[in-house]
Amino acid sequence: MKPTHIFQAEQVVAGYDHKTVIHGISLVIPSNQISVIMGANGCGKSTLLKTLARLIKPADGSITLDGKPIGKIPPKKLARVLGLLPQSPIVPEGISVADLVGRGRFPHQSWHTGWTKKDVEAVAEAMRIMDITELANHHIDELSGGQRQRVWIAMALAQQTDILFLDEPTTFLDITYQVEILDLLTDLNRKYGTTIVMVLHDINLSARYADYIFALQKGMLMAEGEPSQVITDTLVKDIFGLDCTVIKDPISGSPLVVPKGRYHVNEEFTS
Amino acid sequence: MRNQSIEFIMAGRRQRRRRWIVVTSLLAALAGMLCCAMLLLGSTIYPVNDVIRALSGEHLKGVSFAVNTIRLPRMLAGLFAGFAFGIAGYTFQTMLRNPLANPNVIGITSGSSAAAVFCIIALHASGAVVSAASVIAGLATVLLIYMLSRGRSFSVGRLILVGIGIQAMLDAVISYLLLVSAQQDIPAALRWLTGSLNGSQMHELPPLVITVIIFAPIIIVLGKHLDILELGEQSASSLGVDTDKTRIALIVSSVFMIAIATATTGPIAFVSFLSGPIAKRLVGVGFSNVIPAGLVGVNLVLAADLIGQFAFEYRFPVGIITGLLGAPYLIFLLIQMNRKGEL
Repeated sequence: MKPTHIFQAEQVVAGYDHKTVIHGISLVIPSNQISVIMGANGCGKSTLLKTLARLIKPADGSITLDGKPIGKIPPKKLARVLGLLPQSPIVPEGISVADLVGRGRFPHQSWHTGWTKKDVEAVAEAMRIMDITELANHHIDELSGGQRQRVWIAMALAQQTDILFLDEPTTFLDITYQVEILDLLTDLNRKYGTTIVMVLHDINLSARYADYIFALQKGMLMAEGEPSQVITDTLVKDIFGLDCTVIKDPISGSPLVVPKGRYHVNEEFTS
Repeated sequence: MRNQSIEFIMAGRRQRRRRWIVVTSLLAALAGMLCCAMLLLGSTIYPVNDVIRALSGEHLKGVSFAVNTIRLPRMLAGLFAGFAFGIAGYTFQTMLRNPLANPNVIGITSGSSAAAVFCIIALHASGAVVSAASVIAGLATVLLIYMLSRGRSFSVGRLILVGIGIQAMLDAVISYLLLVSAQQDIPAALRWLTGSLNGSQMHELPPLVITVIIFAPIIIVLGKHLDILELGEQSASSLGVDTDKTRIALIVSSVFMIAIATATTGPIAFVSFLSGPIAKRLVGVGFSNVIPAGLVGVNLVLAADLIGQFAFEYRFPVGIITGLLGAPYLIFLLIQMNRKGEL
């Protein structure tokens, strides 16, 4: 089981050159659980994730891992605890699946060593979890979107971090693959206790798969907590500006957001 | 089951590793043969024994002069410049993830070349001054291209277009300097326009040799970092690469090598542009291609120089031959990039 970490952000202000996107967010990531950051387009969820994963330097506030500012931890050492799968990672042309997954071992290697036994085992394990072992010697350019995404997650897994950030790991995937990826991530969390923090677009999948939700609006943290407590008609109205009814998901019992548009609304729901 | 999957993954990996070793060894062997050919071939072909004796310091009339004063410096200049161009070109191409983004196409070589020509022709300088000026000019060109192409967000396509523009401008400066100089002669002009090993002299070589000995190992050691940088800024950072520092170390090392090599042999056309892609094609992807790219650079320069010397009725400088090879590839890449909408 992965160790417990205290990962904390305090009054974080962040953004790009002249534009502040995150206006003072404080949060504690629940250790060994799955958290989802959600919010409307442009609310800063991706920026928040990148800031937490030290890709963006906060303009103000502090982010600490077990009490230590993440900027002060040597990058390679931090990379052994904290991993991130970016939204659109870049594929080097012509690389094989196994070699790409192997690049996730970088923070565990020194410049002169090849793959150690530990590296090989980590790569094989990651590929087994993602069920891509048989693709090991294929070129990544030959794979479908869903397979590719599994390869990327396998690379992040080979890094063997205790905490894993994922920026919209299910975008561009068919619903079947979305569910499959989220199931695999849940396996990972249940089996190894990996702390997972991800940005997801789909509210209903978030509600089903998250242990904990951070709801963002305009760069501020509007609500946080377990999905059943956080996801209500008022919250959805507030952060997405969407009229809806929240019912119980018949499959999982988690909240299910049923949107209400201007058309196709039965009489009992027109107010 | 677990061992089986490990074995399956490792089998492919071993195969790729074997290919790397075999191809790299072959490239090294070919380079060795070309080095020998450079020493043996010339207007007079001396017996191998005489060449070896001359090299080991024995004084043999005619042979010693031809081998030690003409052929050896020519070979060494080609060897070290080829290695430098190959490695530096590959570094830029990998770091920026685009074969067009290399010192030869985006004007860095021309910057160094222009500075060298200016120092030699206008200031009558030589040696350390020329080396220093070409390094400074190379770094300044990088900075200039970076600043001009920065815009709102960084784009490699824009960087390449700006670089091609800068390159054209700097080449015009070189032509102008050569035209106005009283002492200009055609061999010198060709050297600074396309690169040539003609007239390489032993005393010009130490800066090049020292630079390659210092900076090539730095890039080789950073090879793994370079592979990670190729995954993009975000992945590289989250894998624990200090991207800014690594990039600066790689750029400075490459520019030093490019600049000093250019100050010695002139900007041998397209070597830094062709080496990386050829190495990748031959070796495959998966293991660091820094060394293979350097070896391809050596082979290209030496082979092109031999062809230029002996294949035609006239002797052509090496850069004309590499230019003939490189230009079609450049056009091909530009068309491909345009199709993909990257330009």
